[in-house]
Amino acid sequence: MAKKRMIQAINEALDGEMQRDHKLILFGEDVEISLFGDTKGLVDKYGTDRIRNTPISETVMSGMAVGAAAAGFNVICHMMFGNFMYTGFDSIANQASKLRYMTAGQISLPIVYMSVFGGGRSAAAQHSDAMHPMFMNLGGIKVVTPSSPMDAAGLLRASIRDPNPVVYLQAAGRGGELGEVPDEEFVIELGKAARLRNGEDLTIVAIGAMVRPALRSVDFHATKGVGIELIDPRTLVPLDKEMIFKSVRKTGRLIIVDEARDTCSAASHIASLCAEECFSALKAPIKRVTVNDIAIPYSPPLEKNVLPNEERINNAVSEVLEFV
Amino acid sequence: MADTNFSNEQMLKLYESMLRIRKVEEQLAKDSKEGNIPGAVHLYIGQEAVAVGVCSQLSDKDWIASTHRGHGHFLAKGGETRLLMAEVYGRDTGICRGRGGSMHVADFSKGIIGANGIVGGGISITTGAGLASKLANDGSVAVVFFGDGAANQGVLAEALNISTLWQLPVIFICENNGFSEFSPTNTVTAGNIVDRAKPYGTACETVDGNDVIAVWQCAERAKLRALRGDGPTLIEAHTYRQRGHVEAEATFLSKKYRDSQEIENWVSKDPITLFEKRIVDAGQAKIEDLQIITKAIEVEVNEAIEFAEKSPYPDSGGNEQQYMFT
Repeated sequence: MAKKRMIQAINEALDGEMQRDHKLILFGEDVEISLFGDTKGLVDKYGTDRIRNTPISETVMSGMAVGAAAAGFNVICHMMFGNFMYTGFDSIANQASKLRYMTAGQISLPIVYMSVFGGGRSAAAQHSDAMHPMFMNLGGIKVVTPSSPMDAAGLLRASIRDPNPVVYLQAAGRGGELGEVPDEEFVIELGKAARLRNGEDLTIVAIGAMVRPALRSVDFHATKGVGIELIDPRTLVPLDKEMIFKSVRKTGRLIIVDEARDTCSAASHIASLCAEECFSALKAPIKRVTVNDIAIPYSPPLEKNVLPNEERINNAVSEVLEFV
Repeated sequence: MADTNFSNEQMLKLYESMLRIRKVEEQLAKDSKEGNIPGAVHLYIGQEAVAVGVCSQLSDKDWIASTHRGHGHFLAKGGETRLLMAEVYGRDTGICRGRGGSMHVADFSKGIIGANGIVGGGISITTGAGLASKLANDGSVAVVFFGDGAANQGVLAEALNISTLWQLPVIFICENNGFSEFSPTNTVTAGNIVDRAKPYGTACETVDGNDVIAVWQCAERAKLRALRGDGPTLIEAHTYRQRGHVEAEATFLSKKYRDSQEIENWVSKDPITLFEKRIVDAGQAKIEDLQIITKAIEVEVNEAIEFAEKSPYPDSGGNEQQYMFT
């Protein structure tokens, strides 16, 4: 084990996969110079046939990934900011997520659409969305939201090796976060959540960048004798429902922390699943800590007010525990 | 008409391929009217020379993607009549086991990436397939058929830019059939579609889309250009949609959007009739040869209908998710 920054863990995973799989290609905007550092140095090693800058043309890029994958390549389509996936959404929603089904399994589409997502950096509304619920709703796309350097690398390897289309969303601005990463090559299976803390009193499910503030809240409450179980689903499609249900049946209380806007958020989906499956075990209403249905603001105090944070999680914990 | 030194056999093959599309679609028009098929069908009647002229240049390793009006491309590229028919009938024996239907016929074993329900949807996919062809360096090309309506989608501009920049072996075939769904092309389209290639420095040509030989030759030039490494070509083929946008449109349209004289003018330039006359006049085929081919295709279509009708509907067997993920 060594401590590594998230972006370094991703970069090493990409490098390893490029070396391992000669049919793997990566294209996207400014991937040769690498804005975030995730694709840094790769073009020098693998050349422009395999690592290539595209024009700023998300509409054609997302569809090219489908065509190149259908024709036998493994493709990483780097979309930079998650909001730009809206621009390229047509081929993701209408082609990538449906082509295998519509052709009765004639083909597989090994594509990874990767980008950063989420707010907290005064990047304003068009660079700060957490758009994972839109992809979850498509049905034919896997959705991966790593929260630590280790998960970022292990889930990226699994995403690349998966024969299906995957949207891989890395929390924006968290590339510098440090974490332990195993020295050997490891893969984290998609669809397996991580239980980050054990507890008996309450379950918190936190997604992507929300795991950090949730972890601080959980550890704070532990010092006060409140046992909170913290689960990071790691992938939203497929979703490790069993781990979540098991925990909720044990604790009887559930908070979901999600950086998506509230309406039809991943939190809403998980809440409804648990309401259906764990109803008799619930001791309090399920609480969602999400983003209000507004555009993410630019000015720091406004943005801070909108995003879930430790304080809002603490308030939710009090509310749920005090419910009688 | 374009000159050629094709053999009699080659000419008859082109004729057979065009006639197969025509007969299949005449059957589908009848089926649609009689309520034998579950969904909408968009017929290619009048445009057969484009699909046949282009696909005669291609083999299974070459890729094509097409449109909601895609039966013709499927058949011209070697897709089987009965697998198409069973698919449109929504049966388990269809090429996509009833999951796709008329607008989504695809056969990857023959390089048919598929028809597409999104206008312009095949443009980006084919650009990606062309990238794969270039990287694999296997002598294949990628061809996208799209209509004049799709030419107004922004993705065409993006695709012309990147495919020219990267010199991808892609052929863009715009079939200008006079209509964007229910709107005459000139009411929704500025300038000439073929000219949209020029600012990118993309090679481009216009061709008479009702002359199968001219299309054949034009596609050959584009293919050679692609294989030489000289990049993509945009071809605008002028043709005419003899049927409506969708069969059964008369039942819901309150107003006519074209006059019958216009249809008659184009029917007099029907690509199959023209070609028949041409090869008979040139002594390359006898009327009897054409009758034999016609008879054989009628048998093929009848057998395909029987096959489709006798085939079961798909049953997910309790696994609705089958084919969503590998």
